[in-house]
Amino acid sequence: MSVGLFGARRSNEALEGAAVRGRSLWEDAGRRLLRNKAAVGAMIALALLAVAALGGPYLATFGYDEVRKDEVWLPPLTGGHLLGTDALGRDLLARLLMGLRVSLAIGLTATAVSLVIGVAWGAVAGFVGGRTDEAMMRIVDVLYSLPFIFFVILLMVAFGSNLVLMFLAIGAVEWLTMSRIVRGQTLALKQKEFVEAARAAGLSNAAIIARHIVPNLLGPVVVYVTLTIPAVILAESFLSFLGLGVQPPMASLGGLIADGAQQMELAPWLLIFPSAAMIVTLASFNFIGDGLRDAIDPKDR
Amino acid sequence: MIRFIGRRLLVAIPTLFLVITLAFFMMRAAPGGPFDSDRKLSPEIEANVLARYGMNKPLGEQYLAYLTGVARGDFGPSLKYKDKSVLQILKENGPVSLKLGGLAIALAASVGIGLGVLAAARQNGGVDHLVMGIAVAGVCVPTFVTAPLLVLVFGSKLGWLPSGGWNGGAAANLVLPVVVLALPQVAVISRLTRAGMIEVLRSNYIRTARAKGLPERRVISRHALRAALLPLVSYLGPACAGLLTGSLVVEKIFNLPGLGKFFVLSALQRDYTVVMGMVIVYAGLILLLNLLADLLYAALDPRVRLS
Repeated sequence: MSVGLFGARRSNEALEGAAVRGRSLWEDAGRRLLRNKAAVGAMIALALLAVAALGGPYLATFGYDEVRKDEVWLPPLTGGHLLGTDALGRDLLARLLMGLRVSLAIGLTATAVSLVIGVAWGAVAGFVGGRTDEAMMRIVDVLYSLPFIFFVILLMVAFGSNLVLMFLAIGAVEWLTMSRIVRGQTLALKQKEFVEAARAAGLSNAAIIARHIVPNLLGPVVVYVTLTIPAVILAESFLSFLGLGVQPPMASLGGLIADGAQQMELAPWLLIFPSAAMIVTLASFNFIGDGLRDAIDPKDR
Repeated sequence: MIRFIGRRLLVAIPTLFLVITLAFFMMRAAPGGPFDSDRKLSPEIEANVLARYGMNKPLGEQYLAYLTGVARGDFGPSLKYKDKSVLQILKENGPVSLKLGGLAIALAASVGIGLGVLAAARQNGGVDHLVMGIAVAGVCVPTFVTAPLLVLVFGSKLGWLPSGGWNGGAAANLVLPVVVLALPQVAVISRLTRAGMIEVLRSNYIRTARAKGLPERRVISRHALRAALLPLVSYLGPACAGLLTGSLVVEKIFNLPGLGKFFVLSALQRDYTVVMGMVIVYAGLILLLNLLADLLYAALDPRVRLS
């Protein structure tokens, strides 16, 4: 955690006196996070998964789309295939690593999209208030009442399954909750004295939002981001499971699970390994998110 | 009260209208049409087919015609399932989805609330750890993983339950789909109940109830539960949305004749009217449940007054 970046929010400076260097909120949060065993374990697991997903496809002896007609449905640990092969004789490990990479990439990109839209939308609505706020949040309500998955399915069906579109579509849907969180926080923040001070100093609304409101929103936003990533991965997998997401021979976790589910009686490993990878990935993000929430907002400890 | 409902309905109608508009034009912007096939239709035939469904008119006119139809309760004919109207499809397949969803939410609510209360009553006890475990599993193990795994174990390996099919809604065929659909909801509901309960149990009026000598069982059931369930009420809308998406997966895996399959299939086939019918039904359902949630909230919490 960066030290002193949010020096204005030092909590115990007054108590410890000027001689002792105050610990920033983030420093405290970092300490608490590192004491949380589940969160630390999850971070290690996720780091391993990320390294495997990034480097794995280069190290793997088989290509993820390498079809071998004479090595169909090999069980794990046979013929040099650690996790076995699928109906086309493709190495499951190579496909799993590729799928992991695609799923993680989608999770991060779509979350970034939702982050930018959600924070901007929520901060403006909350800060400007009045009719603007009413209108902006009404739009969010309307979008909420559109069954999310239907919206994305329509998009994917209408314009073909392309990856960039999927990033945008999922990100464009996931920003709704983010904007509500940010708006609520902004409403509370704009009553604070430092905003009044900034206004008295003659700052424009845009400058106050960018310099004073958004940095102070970071806590809840960071927590929500770590929880959005698994939600996005889930959404992508769901689409791929329905056959609308990532198209073969490209792999994604959801696509692999869908594939495995269809042949689970013949080759259960095709279902079990991708499912396990999915569960570990989602669990890691959720543990980190929960750990961060406890660390940043310690009132529920 | 009546005024509140009236005002909420006045807000709901434009919302539904916007949803319809958005879906209508998005669907029409998609390349391809319902009458594309491998064999190219001759221009005359195609023109006739389009005229038959009023699709030769300008898009704006079609949109207005569709809206007036919907306002009269006419959702039009399906473009792909000949001789069937959209209403017929909804009527034939809707009950299956409704039964699944209803049973799942009932199961999830009873199990979830029960577990949540027990967990809160004995924090850090066995049930509490179980609830935490379920809560984590509910978030990390998606429906499309639990469904095939349960089929593999209970359907194929043990042979206790059928692996799929509707069979007129027989109980044995319902067990697996309902359980799969309910699991993620159990996770959320038990966690919400537990958190609400813990918070309520700390409040002053609970201390009063205990102080006047009520047994703990009665404190929980008569005093605490009502307040603790409030957060659950606002979860009604999202729960419904979760069930809808879950039913897509469940109906596909268990091969059930619900509405779910039309969702994706009709969009792929550009069966415009069926897609629109689904959008209206699902969006309407969510709006209705949100209204219901507000009313329930007011009924349960005397501090909330609707005006």
